[in-house]
Amino acid sequence: MMRLPPKALVPALALSAMASAALAHGYRTGNLTIQHPWSRETAPGQAVGGGFMTITNKGASEDRLVSGTSPVAAEVQLHTMTMDGVVMRMRQVEGGIAVPARGALELKPGSYHIMLMGLKRQLRQGDRFPVTLRFQRAGNVTVQFAVQPVTSTGPMESGHAGH
Amino acid sequence: MLDTEQQESRSGLARLRTALWLVLGVATLVGLAVIYDRGHPAGNPADDYAHAFGGPFTLTAPDGATVTEKTLASKPYAIFFGFTRCPDVCPTSLARMARLRKQLGPDGMKFNIVFVSVDPGHDKPADLGNYVALFGTPILGLTGTDAQLDQIKKGYGVYSAKVPQPGGDYTIDHTAAIYLMTARGEFSGTIDHQESDATALAKLKRLIA
Repeated sequence: MMRLPPKALVPALALSAMASAALAHGYRTGNLTIQHPWSRETAPGQAVGGGFMTITNKGASEDRLVSGTSPVAAEVQLHTMTMDGVVMRMRQVEGGIAVPARGALELKPGSYHIMLMGLKRQLRQGDRFPVTLRFQRAGNVTVQFAVQPVTSTGPMESGHAGH
Repeated sequence: MLDTEQQESRSGLARLRTALWLVLGVATLVGLAVIYDRGHPAGNPADDYAHAFGGPFTLTAPDGATVTEKTLASKPYAIFFGFTRCPDVCPTSLARMARLRKQLGPDGMKFNIVFVSVDPGHDKPADLGNYVALFGTPILGLTGTDAQLDQIKKGYGVYSAKVPQPGGDYTIDHTAAIYLMTARGEFSGTIDHQESDATALAKLKRLIA
């Protein structure tokens, strides 16, 4: 019998949970897989929302997420944010974001994200909305973003939400 | 004869020079004392700390009511600065304060959570009310005119700056620290975005003790 310390089981279980969730809400185009696109709910009248996801590249060449469009927003922008001591700085990314060869690009709180500018409707918990992402090599792919509680810090499907 | 006169006038000049140096010395001491006194209103380190951040302000609540530091004086409060278009650190901090309050149980309502929007161009008081309502716990959303915001930012040592975006819009860089204030409006400490919940919880418990 395999003897594992009890702690070792936790990541193993988490991994299997993530793997099954990925199948439930993942998209593929060329060498890219886009997992768990998610967004925070917005308040009535709120004009801006953010979106997050993980993009995995199994190809041998780098790709780039260059832009996006969505029927729910006037414009989709690519942003990053950094903490400079206690000062938060957010910037629009020029020229797209690299998806490294045989690697992954994570859009997540505290880092890269998409910004939905000029929201045409409120994003409500439990909704899904489409965003068409454009990649330099892999071309266009439309993914559905799942709207989660504003308090979320990660995609609910992978069991990271609310931590 | 001439020599003696010259000597006398020289010693007169020397006396004048000494007197002027004395005046300058006294003036310097008085000046330093004034500067020291301004920086140290009560003259003891504990008071310096309590008054390091905070002070008077006048802002507007979502219902249009005017809120000042005196309005908040009934309870300790956690106050921080941001804007509703902030993708990240603002919802994360607001969610965290809501979560910490829940963890405190019934004691969680012994302090107020105050979120000040430094983006009056985009965030009207009513919008701010809708936004803070998403977090499922009473949070007071405040904003004001540029001059009113300058006053509170100065008091709290908060940095914020508009950064133009391609296309004519702008975003805002801002200080993301959470300031903990006593019911007397005195500074008690900060919660940093990198601190653990356990550390933050200990600070809140001390604040409401």
